Amino acid sequence: MGMAIDRDDTQFHVLAVDDSLIDRKLIERLLKTSSFQVTAVDSGSKALEFLGLNNNDADDDEEYEQRDSNTESVSSDEDQDHQDLGLGVNLIITDYCMPGMTGYDLLKKIKKSSSFKDIPVVIMSSENIPSRINRCLEDGAEEFFLKPVQLSDVNKLRPHLMKGRSKDIDSSHKTTSTRLISSGN
Amino acid sequence: MDRNRLHNQVASMRRSLFDQGYLDDQFIQLEELQDDTNPNFVQEVVTLFYNDSTRLIQNIEQALNSRPIDFCKLDDYMHQFKGSSSSIGAKKVTNECTAFREYCNAENAEGCIRSFQQVKQEHAILKRKLEVYLQTVRQASQTA
Repeated sequence: MGMAIDRDDTQFHVLAVDDSLIDRKLIERLLKTSSFQVTAVDSGSKALEFLGLNNNDADDDEEYEQRDSNTESVSSDEDQDHQDLGLGVNLIITDYCMPGMTGYDLLKKIKKSSSFKDIPVVIMSSENIPSRINRCLEDGAEEFFLKPVQLSDVNKLRPHLMKGRSKDIDSSHKTTSTRLISSGN
Repeated sequence: MDRNRLHNQVASMRRSLFDQGYLDDQFIQLEELQDDTNPNFVQEVVTLFYNDSTRLIQNIEQALNSRPIDFCKLDDYMHQFKGSSSSIGAKKVTNECTAFREYCNAENAEGCIRSFQQVKQEHAILKRKLEVYLQTVRQASQTA
């Protein structure tokens, strides 16, 4: 037994970003095998499009600045619209080396967005470059996976998702009334 | 009797592909991702690889034939090629790609051209071997 919440908490939705067709197929299969719902896109700009962020919004969140300067991030109508548009993405996993927008560029844009900055971002790369890895982790990436990505890597994702999920539960308590059912587990 | 022979053939071909260094552990990863819900996963990925890499080979040929040679572009293509071959566990192909990239970084045109012949050769050899192997796997699975 657990807490009674509105949302179906059985499936997490992962947005996978990779320009390589083969790697997209692989990551999709890896994620689905681990019971994640997957949307795979081939570029950073398609990822932003899917989330409902166009490139302009992501660059400077002017619309959201004023509201956020006084308050902590609280669910608002506009935030909810964006999350709905993004079909409840719980985690973004992206390749580093992509033409146009790199995975690092995408990471920065996500972290600048008031709507999406709390979504965990994981970066994948075929190249083991410590400075690159450190930069990504310092700038907000939760994990950095070396390609080819393994099932054991995908298993590391769940804790980051559970963390995000309990944040969702906290914020949903502010808007809905729920009864806490204490469990023996 | 036929069934056993086919299954033994499959096992022996598979072992040989690994022992001779054509495939590495990543290929096992592909096999492990294949199940009843995705019964052709390995074949699908291999097919994708050969379609994709054929395109890249053409691009690399073109780049190697142009003067002056754009080593940046070459490296970019080869990075993609190497990524894909590594993703399917194509060990020898991946190694040849690594060698190519070293010549590329050194802007050694002759080295690139020579090395690329090796890449194409390994690519073609593996393609033939995988075709035969996967066909045998299919036959073995169809034999009741």
